[in-house]
Parts: sequence; structure tokens; C-alpha cells
Amino acid sequence: MKIIIQALAVFCLLAPCAMADVSVSIVYLRQQVESPPVLSNLDPAPEDLGLAGATLGLKDNTTTGRFLGQTYTLDIQDIPVDGDIVAAARSALETTRLIVLDTPAAVALAIADLPEAKGALLFNASAPDRHLRDTDCRANLLHTMPSDAMRTDALAQFLVKRRWDQLALIEGTYPDDTAFADSLRASLTKFGLRLRSEKIWAFDADMRRNAAQEVPLFTQDLRDHDVLLIADEIHDFGRYIAYNTWDPRPVAGSEGLVPVGWSHVVEQWGAAQLQSRFNDTANRPMQSRDYAAWAALRVIGEAVTRTSSDDPETLRSYILGPDFELAAFKGRPLSFRSWNGQLRQPIPLVTSRAVVAQAPLDGFLHQVNELDTLGLDRPDSSCTAFEN
Amino acid sequence: MFFLCKNTQNTVLSTCLAALMLGAPAQAEEIWITNEKDDTISVIDVAKLEVVRTIETGERPRGITFSLDHSVVYICASDSDTVQVMDPETGKILHDLPSGEDPEQFVLHPDNRHLYIANEDDAITTVVDTQTRRVVAQIDVGIEPEGMAVSPDGKYVITTSETTNMAHWIDTATRDLVANTLVDSRPRHAEFTRGGTELWVSAEIGGTVSIFDVDSKAEKAKIDFAVKGVHQDRVQPVGFEFTDDEKTAFVALGPSNHVAVVNAETYEVEDYILVGRRVWHMAFNSDKSLLFTTNGVSGDVTVIDVARREAIKSIKVGRFPWGAALRP
Repeated sequence: MKIIIQALAVFCLLAPCAMADVSVSIVYLRQQVESPPVLSNLDPAPEDLGLAGATLGLKDNTTTGRFLGQTYTLDIQDIPVDGDIVAAARSALETTRLIVLDTPAAVALAIADLPEAKGALLFNASAPDRHLRDTDCRANLLHTMPSDAMRTDALAQFLVKRRWDQLALIEGTYPDDTAFADSLRASLTKFGLRLRSEKIWAFDADMRRNAAQEVPLFTQDLRDHDVLLIADEIHDFGRYIAYNTWDPRPVAGSEGLVPVGWSHVVEQWGAAQLQSRFNDTANRPMQSRDYAAWAALRVIGEAVTRTSSDDPETLRSYILGPDFELAAFKGRPLSFRSWNGQLRQPIPLVTSRAVVAQAPLDGFLHQVNELDTLGLDRPDSSCTAFEN
Repeated sequence: MFFLCKNTQNTVLSTCLAALMLGAPAQAEEIWITNEKDDTISVIDVAKLEVVRTIETGERPRGITFSLDHSVVYICASDSDTVQVMDPETGKILHDLPSGEDPEQFVLHPDNRHLYIANEDDAITTVVDTQTRRVVAQIDVGIEPEGMAVSPDGKYVITTSETTNMAHWIDTATRDLVANTLVDSRPRHAEFTRGGTELWVSAEIGGTVSIFDVDSKAEKAKIDFAVKGVHQDRVQPVGFEFTDDEKTAFVALGPSNHVAVVNAETYEVEDYILVGRRVWHMAFNSDKSLLFTTNGVSGDVTVIDVARREAIKSIKVGRFPWGAALRP
């Protein structure tokens, strides 16, 4: 098959060949959401978060497509907070079968369940929710954003490796915090670590004034622990914990040592090139959401390149098949879990200044693919939509 | 000075030797290594197998190649956005060449005049005339061009692009692309062999080396690798070199920390040699009895005894050694 495609590619270049021309249109659908107020306004989310990654992915695909007679278009639809995104999806599905979703999980599900979405190929580039890869999986919904479980398993592997097995947890009160905390607990259990105490951060104090006074007291009654875990996915209080704890302990989770899909500190495996190309386009560092959107575009591009097709069914079976691999600057080929549509990927564990380690860590073995030591493995997932 | 050798038969040998000693002290064979994160070159004396000189370069030196007569050495100083031309005797930079942005790797055309340079950040291959010091052409290629090769007859130059996953065939007469062939993920290095009838391209993430027939530009074979005890995903072919008879290829396998020995006639892997961490590029000494591999992560160079297919020594160099070139 590969030889045929290559022969075709050569042929196309030497002589005009209209038959192989493929034009791929992709819609990027973003639901704007209201973010809750946080204690510090130092790091507002960039307005083009995610979008900028998709734009770069489009550029990458277009450059490659130029040599193969393949063209790509990206239609970005940014739906306001009170806008009807499901209606927008319905009308988008009239013109394209390829949609990248930057929406909360519930919206992604509603779109995947539209009758018009049957046979389409949707990419979840933002929602980390476990249930989308588990009981609520959909055959037409693939995930380039790593799940919470992949991130927390990555952190747990690191804690095991360092033998920091006594832990404490502070969690926030927002649904994202709770989901991340639940995922942390599940990962600690999975890797045989011990959570010795837990507290909920339900204060409404302005920590810019009194972090120094509040946090020592708040952490004084935690039982002995090696590392303090923080579940603060909206980045409200977490930044004020480090160095203010009663016992001198490193922090990890949402702050401190953070497991991420991507970060500007990733530079190995040619990543420096991706970072600089992103910086040139977006004028800011690349974040996890950008990476997930970039990856979604590149997954489509890679599948179109290798199959010379824009038929969603052809693309889907290639993407989920054994030959698919994406070179994505993480040191290993990325591929999809054929049982729930999740993009397998290494998870860097980073501080604000450096990559500390990259999971899967050495020694965490797997009978099929070491990347499947992160997140829902085939036996753990209740997803059945991908069977047949 | 060699006119002295034209004397009578009897005195030829002694006179020649004397001439060599007077003219220039016999040049010891050297391997030049670029250290990507030290902005230096480590010069290894092949006889002593140790670093005898460390030379400062521009920022992030990667590709390195000597002119055909070895009178100058060209260095891709990637972050200085230039190709530096250095006098290998003194280690002084003679001048810079315009190179386009972020030159990573290059190849010198057999005309000894034109450098074909991969501009990694710009998806361009730049052609520079080393005599006029001018850019004579820029060719749009795929994203993150890296591997560069030239056919022995000088007809084709190959650029491989890491993210586009192609080998781009440049006709050096017209400086146009004449073909683009898909390879596996993240192609890193290319070489012509068998008198220029075959092109080999390594794919780092794909884990393969593809072999193309140059006439038809069709893939004729593909080599897979399997290192015992190393996960398949970490077996990542990068640089490779052929022995003089072109019967054997040595292929660096990146983070698997091994070099594969490949039978270049049957395309079968015959052996794996354990070297340093994240092995990258390599260079032979003059008689190709020794092979020097750059090991990026461990910051050293492994010396392989080619006949015995064994690593015989590690030599500490600078941080993240990348390119290697022989100065005979």
C-alpha cells in the first residue's frame, strides 16, 4: 500500500493528476466558557488558546499537502457563552465531516450524538473527562487531549520512582478540581501509594494578602507526608501553597510539579522547533490546549497524506489502525487506543522552568505499549462503542 | 613542495619525507565533533583517541563538513543563523556565509563550491556559493528540513523534512524539486550508495530505513530494527554511514543507545553495538577501520572497531555532541 502511495506521489509531481487531488475542510468549533474568578490575575488564558495550535497544525498540513496535491481549509467558529453551539455544529456538519471540538465534555457529547454527526469524525481537543473515554465514549469522537487519568498516572509513576509514597492532598471546590482530585486518588491506588490526609480549600480569603499566614495553619494538621498534592485546576489558590506549608515539602499536581500535555519548557526530541514555529505564529508560548488542537489537525493531515483520501470512514479506520503513527515531538510515535479513541502520548512532568521527567518512566512496563501504563487501559475502560 | 620528489629514483623516499617534515609537520588524523549545547568543536586525535583541541564556534553548532581538499571546514551555527567557514589549522573563523535562518545540516556539492543547507525553521533549502558568498537559490521544501545528501554525480540533492515526512529530490541543474517521496515518520538522514543508484533515508519515529531506487524513485526495500531489551518505540534510526566497499552500513539508533550493523546488499541487520546515550551521527577515520559516533545525552563519542564490530573506547567531549567529520 505504502509503495503505491509513494509511486502516486512521484507521478503527481511529474505530471498533473487531478485524480489524487484531495481538498480537506475542517471546522474548529469553540464554545466560550465563563471562567470563575481566581485570586491572582497574573496569568489570564490567552484568547487564542487552542485556536493558535489549530492554526499552526493547518500550516503544517498545508506545507505537506503542497507536494501531494492536497489542500486544507480550517473554518474557525467561536461561539459565545450563550450561543447555540449544537446548532452551529449541525450546520457545520452539512459541509464537513471533520470537526475539532474545543468545548466542555457535555457539549462534545451532545454534538457527537447529533444524527448529522453519524459517520463524521470529531476530535475532542479540550475535555479531559474520564467518562468520555469510558462509559460515555462515542465511536465518532476521538481525543487528542490527554485525560485526567493519563496526567495523574504520570505523576503517580514519578512518585513511585522517587519512593515518595506518603501523600497529602488539598483540593478546590470547582468541578474540575474535584475531577482532578478523584483522578489523583484513583492513580495513587493504582500505583500503590498512600494518601494520608485530605483537605478541601473552601476559603474565600484574598491570598495575595495573607497566604503567608493562612497556609502554614491550614497545612499544620496534615499527617506526615513526602509530597503535598494540589487539585486546583482553575488555578485559584494553588500558586500560594509552595514554600508556605507547615512542613517543608514539595508540591505537585495542579501546581509545582505538574503533569501536562504540553509546556513551553519541553525542548527535547525536536520540540524546540515546534516551540519556535508556534512562537512565531502566536507570539506566546505553546500550552496543552494548543498542543491538543495542533495534534488533532496533524492527525487528520497524517491520515490524509498516507491514505490520499478525505473520506471520514477511510481516515478513521487508518487512524485507529496499526499503521498510524504521529511524530509529535514527544520522543515516541503517538497512536490511538482502538478501544476508546484516546491519543496515546507521553506526559511531561514539568515545573515552570524545566521538564523534570517524562512519563511513562523507565520500569513501568506494559505487555502491548508502555504508553498504556498512562490512563484507561483496555481492561479498565467500559467503552464498547469502538467494538466491531 | 612535491616537485622535490621528482628527483632520482634512489632518493625519492627520503627526499619526500624530508619535504613533508619541512613543509608541514605530518598532519595527525582528526575527527571533528560539534557540541550543540557548548558552542564548541572537540577535535579528537585518531591515533591518541583523545580530545586534543577545543574550538569555539557560533551558537548551537550542528552540521559540519570539510571542503574536498580539507583546507576549510564549514559549520552550521544554527542559532547564529549562519554557516561559519573556519581555518582548521588555526581554528579561526575566516568568514561567515549567508545561510538562511537556522541552518541545521548541509551537504557540499561535488563541485566543491555549492553548499546545500537545510533551514530547519523556515522549510527551505538554501543554496550558497562558497566562492561569491552569495545565496544563489532558495527552494521550498517540507517542514523542518534536516537530512541532506548529494548523489556522487552531483545531479541530485536530497532534503528530508521531519514533519512533512518526505525526501525532496532537488535537480541541481535547475534547482527545482523533481520529486517528493513519502517516507516513514520523522526522516533524519539520507545517503546515496551503490554508485548513486540507491538512496537510503532513515525515519526516526517510524523506526525504519527506506531504500529508494534512484532511477524510478520508488521504494525498493525497508529495514526494520529490533534491539533486545529495548522497547520498539525507542529504536530510532538517525545518522548512518557506509563502509568503503558499500557492503555494510552502520546505523545510529538514537535513544536505544545502539548502532546497527546492516548488510547493505541483503538489507538484513547483522549486529547491534552498544554505544553511548542517544547516538546521533558518525564519521569514519581515513581507512574506515574506526567509527566515531556522537552520543548526545551522554556527551561522549564512542569509538567502534569496524572489523570487530565492538565499541573500544568512549571519549568525553562537550555537551550534546551532534555532528562528526573526518580531517585526514
